[in-house]
Amino acid sequence: MTEAVDRARVLQGLRALYPEGRILTRPAELAAYESDALTAFRARPLAVVLPETREEVVATVRWCHRHGVPFVARGSGTSLSGGSLPVPEGIVIALNRLNRILRLDPEERIAVVEPGVVNLDVSRAAAPFGLYYAPDPSSQPVCTIGGNVAFNSGGAHCLKYGMTSNHVLALEVVLADGEVVRFGGESLEGVGPDLVGLFVGSEGLFGIALEVTLRLVPKPEAYRTVLAAYRSLEAAGDAVAQVVASGLLPGAVEIMDRLSIEAAEAAVHAGYPEDAAALLLVELEGEEPEVEAELVELLEVVRASGAYEVRLARDEADRQRIWKGRKGAFSAVGRLSPDYLVQDGVVPRTRLGIALAEIERLSRKYGLRVANVFHAGDGNLHPLILYDGRQPGQLQRAEELAGEILRLCIRLGGSITGEHGVGMEKRQYLAEMFSEQDLEVMRRLRRAMDPGEIANRGKMFPVPQQLEAAAAS
Amino acid sequence: MRTGAVLRPSDVDSLREAVRQQPRVWPRGAGTKTALAPPEGAVVVEVSQLRGVLDYDPAEFTFTALAGTPVREVEELLGRHGQYLPFDPPLSAAGATLGGTLASGLSGPGRYRYGGVRDFVLGVRFVDGRGELVRAGGKVVKNAAGFDLAKLMAGSLGRLGVVVELSFKVFPAPRARASLRVDRPGFEAAWGLLRALYTSSFDLEAVDLVPPGTVWVRVAGRPESLPTRVQRLRAFLQGGEVVEGDSGIWEEVREFRWVPSGWTLVKVPVTPRRVLDLERELLPTASLRRYSAGGNVAWVAWPEEPAALSDLLERLDLRGLRVLGPPGLPFLGRVDSDGFSSRVKQALDPVGRFGPYP
Repeated sequence: MTEAVDRARVLQGLRALYPEGRILTRPAELAAYESDALTAFRARPLAVVLPETREEVVATVRWCHRHGVPFVARGSGTSLSGGSLPVPEGIVIALNRLNRILRLDPEERIAVVEPGVVNLDVSRAAAPFGLYYAPDPSSQPVCTIGGNVAFNSGGAHCLKYGMTSNHVLALEVVLADGEVVRFGGESLEGVGPDLVGLFVGSEGLFGIALEVTLRLVPKPEAYRTVLAAYRSLEAAGDAVAQVVASGLLPGAVEIMDRLSIEAAEAAVHAGYPEDAAALLLVELEGEEPEVEAELVELLEVVRASGAYEVRLARDEADRQRIWKGRKGAFSAVGRLSPDYLVQDGVVPRTRLGIALAEIERLSRKYGLRVANVFHAGDGNLHPLILYDGRQPGQLQRAEELAGEILRLCIRLGGSITGEHGVGMEKRQYLAEMFSEQDLEVMRRLRRAMDPGEIANRGKMFPVPQQLEAAAAS
Repeated sequence: MRTGAVLRPSDVDSLREAVRQQPRVWPRGAGTKTALAPPEGAVVVEVSQLRGVLDYDPAEFTFTALAGTPVREVEELLGRHGQYLPFDPPLSAAGATLGGTLASGLSGPGRYRYGGVRDFVLGVRFVDGRGELVRAGGKVVKNAAGFDLAKLMAGSLGRLGVVVELSFKVFPAPRARASLRVDRPGFEAAWGLLRALYTSSFDLEAVDLVPPGTVWVRVAGRPESLPTRVQRLRAFLQGGEVVEGDSGIWEEVREFRWVPSGWTLVKVPVTPRRVLDLERELLPTASLRRYSAGGNVAWVAWPEEPAALSDLLERLDLRGLRVLGPPGLPFLGRVDSDGFSSRVKQALDPVGRFGPYP
């Protein structure tokens, strides 16, 4: 059988599941789905389907299982690790139309949502009740809950309340072989092994979340947002250690370096001091009298840490402006360069200064600019490596530089990813963080859910030749 | 029940050996959760010899310790540096270990503020059903690399593996605390108060409801702001007695000292709204109850073999976990058998060395 005939036969079966217009197969239609936010990778799927009900998702997964066709679930395609990159000749299941908030129960502080619901829409729906959904990735105006669950997304406010995993209570999932399972519950507590904790962050390798029960939290009564300017990145890094050591527990502790400040300022006019080598952003949140008292101490610590300018957000609008600059920093830096890679390594917080100095050295060594904008309170770095993909060899140099940063994180006792997931991008480095035995147990879990390894095939796990290369190095 | 053999391996390698050699293994820490006792024919593998803090840099707000390390030992160490585990690990005065706390998935009243044991564990090393040593998670506060088997171990009762080492994040300890006791004429009024607090923007460490009509609230923070916060809280509650020197009150709760000796204590996850249904069913029984974590968990003390309690929970579509009292099957109430947990079990313990679920 020729390839073309084979493809037509495969698609015929899938077409029976969807009406015209909800199955895309023409190259022009597929182009938008060939890549996610990690633009260095592209792959053309066989087809993209646009289910509108969970039954359609289940039927599609069962069809894929029956025919051994790999599939990738996709929300808004904001993955920075290539997590929603299509499998060549596989099916993309685009979940954006499953975007209903099925139940919002403010008294129980829960929201039950479909996977295609946009992160920020949960908080918007909860706002009239004084509640919100805490995890706030920078892409929150577009990224979906299904993707957040698959990659255990974080955000700027993980320090106090954790990542997605700490905010998911229950799941309904279609496993890769078509079985539909439910686990977890509406209570914050449970009995038996924490299955929700296992599923969140499994990178789509077990199956697709069809329904997600989220925990909502009351909006803090008050915020105090402090912006401090430093003459060096290292001084800002050291200030983080001092803030943490003071016994304060801020909602967020962020750092931006000169390149990111300039880019953010040009893009959104956040009102940042433009001559700063680094900005430290610390946000306190909680009851009004408490944050007032904490602010006194925070300002003392920050001033003693060598900040030459310290500003307090005047009002909510000012606070929003400050955050807009921070959250828009990736795309703002992107304007400085034709292409960029975002890294997501984590180092112990006490090693931040060392890590930043080393990244600067690597940047000079490779002759590539690196912007730093990151969740300093968690030790979660986000070096943005700027490169020009049209220049021969630059992407490869950027990837080598990224690899050195990841190895640095492992060497310092950290992790290759804090919140973006392993995806396509970092899979060979997983074998440097975990032993073959550790990975074998993870593979066994994966095969228990997905014997044919059709769900998001090729992600997270190192591919064999890369394993060999890692062993040889 | 026959008293089985007890093995006390002195290092991880001999623990792996013990797991490999025994067809049925029951991991145990200090055995403080008395109701969770080994089934007949299982060899107890005690991790109490594997103890000690391996790594603790106070500036990092994380630590790594062996599973048999008593929680109290860690709490004292953290306390010397102004830090704590915010979820009030239960039975720590009784000798509970870190590994047993994770494996039983139990958290105390303080879990209300920042989450429970599953929210604070960062990484584990465990011995799986084939006797292999497996590491998952990490030692840093944020990490999304690989499957989160550390969270999976929370509540696993040692049936997916024997945890031998754990890493946790910790928080700065509050410098001041106050507790408020509010009495209402009857359960429904007190329950209404609990629910009002649940959706309020007060930052409370603990909110517990004790029948017939008492709500206990704990606030913590800076000494200079605490009086104002307590005052505002009292205005919201329309009263409330401030209890000084409150640590004893909560220690009693964490240690379950209110549970009569020999009774069975059962943990029942619930939601704030459903607390009323549960209380209505339990009121005519001889049980004692405490609704904790803002109404997310009911601790039910039962004077005899809890078969009737199990039926009652099943009627209400609730599940329970036996914690204290005479040994028995761990799970009560609704039976959950989903394809997900059985596959997890099959992958980690293919020969069923650690006993079945449920």
